[in-house]
Amino acid sequence: MTALLEIRGLNAWYGESHILHGVDMQVGEGEMVTILGRNGMGKTTTLRSIVGILRKRQGEIRLAGRDLMQVPLHRTAHHGLGYVPEERGIFASLNVLENLMLPPSVGEGMKVEEIFELFPNLYERRNSPGTRLSGGEQQMLAIARILRTGVKVLLLDEPTEGLAPVIVQRIGEVLKKLKERGMTVVLVEQNFRFAARVADRFYLMDHGQMVSEFPVGELPERMDMLHKVLGV
Amino acid sequence: MTMIFGIPLQALLGQLLIGLINGSFYALLSLGLAIIFGLLRMINFAHGAQYMLGAFTAYLLLTFAGIGYWVALILAPVIVGVLGAVVERLFLRRLYDLDPLYGLLFTFGLALTLEGAFRYVYGASGQPYATPSALAGGTNLGFMFLPIYRGWVVVVSLVVCIATWFLIEKTKLGAYLRAATENATLVQAFGVNVPVLLTFTYGLGVALAAFAGVLAAPVYQVSPLMGSNIIIVVFAVVVVGGMGSIMGSIVTGYMLGIAEGLTKVFYPEASNIVIFVIMAIVLLIRPAGLFGREA
Repeated sequence: MTALLEIRGLNAWYGESHILHGVDMQVGEGEMVTILGRNGMGKTTTLRSIVGILRKRQGEIRLAGRDLMQVPLHRTAHHGLGYVPEERGIFASLNVLENLMLPPSVGEGMKVEEIFELFPNLYERRNSPGTRLSGGEQQMLAIARILRTGVKVLLLDEPTEGLAPVIVQRIGEVLKKLKERGMTVVLVEQNFRFAARVADRFYLMDHGQMVSEFPVGELPERMDMLHKVLGV
Repeated sequence: MTMIFGIPLQALLGQLLIGLINGSFYALLSLGLAIIFGLLRMINFAHGAQYMLGAFTAYLLLTFAGIGYWVALILAPVIVGVLGAVVERLFLRRLYDLDPLYGLLFTFGLALTLEGAFRYVYGASGQPYATPSALAGGTNLGFMFLPIYRGWVVVVSLVVCIATWFLIEKTKLGAYLRAATENATLVQAFGVNVPVLLTFTYGLGVALAAFAGVLAAPVYQVSPLMGSNIIIVVFAVVVVGGMGSIMGSIVTGYMLGIAEGLTKVFYPEASNIVIFVIMAIVLLIRPAGLFGREA
């Protein structure tokens, strides 16, 4: 499989602190890859560096062969990269529909009707302020809004954090639907039971590096090691 | 003669109208300040100077190019707005990552420079700017005499305020502005060119100030210090309305203009300070301003 998203020797800094120490990672087209790791090991920083929000970075980031390092932040989406931050980024001064329609289209995305079919709650509440939604609905909106734009790769930061099990299950279903549609997803998760249901492959991150990489089939035999590293 | 609370009705309505006119300028100016502060997080101290620049551009267009009021009403804000956009590109852009104090100092310095330059050329006294002939004269409403130009100021400023509110609250461009005000980085990651949005926003805020300046030219005179006289009051309006609140700055602008006018009727001695007294009270009771979101 050729890699759609390719990261080599990625280093990144927040001010003076050196967070990423040579991250290597490849994600194939249509693949769903999960980055596991404890808090503060650099998972979110990895996503933020790939998108280009964090500019103090070195190394190589390629999307479909194209170098993203020199691309300004407002152009990365146009290269097909979508990002859903951990805090979801729903805007309080925009209603649900405005939130949904905010990101410019960059390709053949999901139609608004399809989105409302997939997320009927969002349709019902389309005129409410974005932040009046429940946490789960906000997460759905954050994902839906990126699906509309037609990006090829979705970077998803801890979508299940702080949500009720029912909602987590619902998000799992949505991710499976995305996979059926051929979307490439990089997921950051603490909850590897959730990730095991949707991911094809795992990266384990520790102290700003990928320390191991394995397909979902090897998850059972690695449980002990994961419990130890993740401390769960 | 009809009396209300021992005040002749005509005096009351007359002051109400003056208050409404002052309020129109307060609203236009504080609206521009609010838009700029909302997105750029920068207090634009040059706002008064840009208002003056609008009035002077209209005056210069008339004096040197024979371009009259109606064209100047559109052209002067465009010219001054573009100048503002250039200032944002060349200077303000470099200050966003620094302490907000730098933006404040820069725009304050810009105001002093602009006002100083015009005072050097034109002196401190005002230049007259004639009311356009179509709006000259007045009409007797039966209960009072209304100079037509003053009525025009109130109506057109209200229209511009509402149009600006509509642009920000109801359009796609406005959605970008509102979203970028909350989280510029994320909006940029979505593929929106936020740096251009910032330039546009500053230009728009400055153009509103210049528009107010052209409107003011026939009412007051065109003078280098006309901006520094009004801007202090406008800052008080912004504080009362709540920093960055669009509707708040519009409503507060008119309200405080009227409050000032009414004070002139009932207790003239206090009319110069009434806005600041209201500001102090609002700061004590609701520090975020009447329309501001509590932080």
